[in-house]
Amino acid sequence: MKIKSKNIKKKLIILAVLPLILLVVSLCIGRFYVSPKTTFSILFSKISSVEVFWDDIEEIVVLGVRLPRILMALMIGAALSVSGTSFQAIFGNPLVSPHILGVAAGAGFGAALGILLSNSVIVTQLMALAFGVGAVLITYLISKRKSAATLYTLVLSGVITGAFFTALISFIKYVADPDDKLPEIVYWLMGSLNGIVMRDVLTALPFILTGILIIVLLRWKINVLSLTEEEASSLGIDVKKYRLIIIGASSIITAVSVAFCGIVGWIGLVIPHVGRMIVGNDHKALVPATVFLGAFYLLFIDNLSRTLTPAQIPLSILTAIIGAPFFAYLLRRTGGRWS
Amino acid sequence: MKFGVINGTFGYDNERVLFEDVNFQIAEGQILTILGPNGVGKTTFLKCMMGFLNWQRGETIIEGQSFSNLAAADIWKKISYVPQAKATIFSYTVMEMVIMGRNPHLGVFSMPAAKDIAVCEWALEELNIKNLKSKNISELSGGELQLVLVARALVSEPDILILDEPESNLDIKNQLIILNIIKRLSEKKNIACVINTHYPNHALKISDKTIMFSYDKHHIYGNTKDIISQSNIKKFFEVNAKIVEINENEKNYKTLVPLSICE
Repeated sequence: MKIKSKNIKKKLIILAVLPLILLVVSLCIGRFYVSPKTTFSILFSKISSVEVFWDDIEEIVVLGVRLPRILMALMIGAALSVSGTSFQAIFGNPLVSPHILGVAAGAGFGAALGILLSNSVIVTQLMALAFGVGAVLITYLISKRKSAATLYTLVLSGVITGAFFTALISFIKYVADPDDKLPEIVYWLMGSLNGIVMRDVLTALPFILTGILIIVLLRWKINVLSLTEEEASSLGIDVKKYRLIIIGASSIITAVSVAFCGIVGWIGLVIPHVGRMIVGNDHKALVPATVFLGAFYLLFIDNLSRTLTPAQIPLSILTAIIGAPFFAYLLRRTGGRWS
Repeated sequence: MKFGVINGTFGYDNERVLFEDVNFQIAEGQILTILGPNGVGKTTFLKCMMGFLNWQRGETIIEGQSFSNLAAADIWKKISYVPQAKATIFSYTVMEMVIMGRNPHLGVFSMPAAKDIAVCEWALEELNIKNLKSKNISELSGGELQLVLVARALVSEPDILILDEPESNLDIKNQLIILNIIKRLSEKKNIACVINTHYPNHALKISDKTIMFSYDKHHIYGNTKDIISQSNIKKFFEVNAKIVEINENEKNYKTLVPLSICE
């Protein structure tokens, strides 16, 4: 026990350092070349006085373009994977993703509608957020009956809501201008961090940070909540209340993520499993592990997205193209026996 | 009175009443067994007793207080429930599983500390399964898993233990292990136990009091040795049986031998 918990602490420290290293590396890479020395001088110039020897454009690229995008990638990667972890535990189903309650389809519809009706990014983001949260609420209301919502009806309601909004997305695609609006909608639906600015980061930060913090603080209770309802109640936990808090927190961080970067698949489904292979099933270690892994993974993918080709490759394409073979390899190696 | 039910009545609707006006009370260290044929509502009775289902009428009483007047958190500091051993979706280690039993004593944001680990070590020691500590739940046999669930129930340091068919899927050796542990806990730690079981013999072996249910909403309650009689077995289970006594090593063993199904 002692040796094991020490081991897990070591693993968590390594997992925590990885995204930080990648953050530093990511600032230096991109299709517009800025030397590492310049990059760090620009960064340090913000906290202490450094003699300016670089172009304005270099400063804009590093601080105005790369930094917000990198921070957003870390944040959203962590958000999606941690909400996937908590959903899988609460629903007692390792095949569930954060999108199960219809948040992605709802947000997707909101964004598509926003793109169709306006040219404003903010309108699109707000519509995505509103419909994402709205879809989860609809799911909850459908499942809620006098005799309290069961997880089964909740998931089924999520499928219903998801199907409905997916059909609406198809309808908007069908009527959208194929030369102008349609590509924009399709591109948005595949996820991208293109065009993220500091204001976006600061808007998303309080929501995502609070959501993740709630789940991190309750991480040990998630173990208890992953048991059957009666077992969990008999261990003295108010199952309905805690489920609502954790599903609520997870849904909000997912909705905020989707509003800013579109629909990014795969992370919320698979990163929790990678985490289990590394630190085991105990959510006390698993939740922090998935925070770090998710942050690392989305940043890694986004770096590829913005550097591989002159055009930005949508995130959902890369998360799965890179992730699927890697996960298949892990699955083969561990024989599917998590931890 | 330590623990009991007054006028417990339940049915899924008014026409299909499963049982009516069930009363029992047990004191510290006593064992109550609940017997009856399949599908008669034994598990439902347990669920009502613990508040997972609401009594249609009647109430559960603990130390003189009705459940309805107590906060759930306080109830589960006194009562522990041992469900039937079933595989979980996420395979925790034995230690991770057992320590969940400490939850009633932990605040909202607190994590188990050294003291909680020590209690778990004690429980594993007590049940003689310390060697399983770092094993995954999925690697355990049915008997081992059942013992782990008993350990999880014990670490909340309960006064009352409720067990749902704890020995149902076990071989005879593991059945004896579980029964002996229940008996020992009731004697040594003064824990009152309520056990659902299919086996009249197990009731004869360990329990002080018994409730026996039949299909026609009928039930009887009393001292185990009075309740488990040849005539009652015939009436409630529709089985002709004989109760025999064996004397071995100066100890008396009472056992029930089923002979034939009643015509």
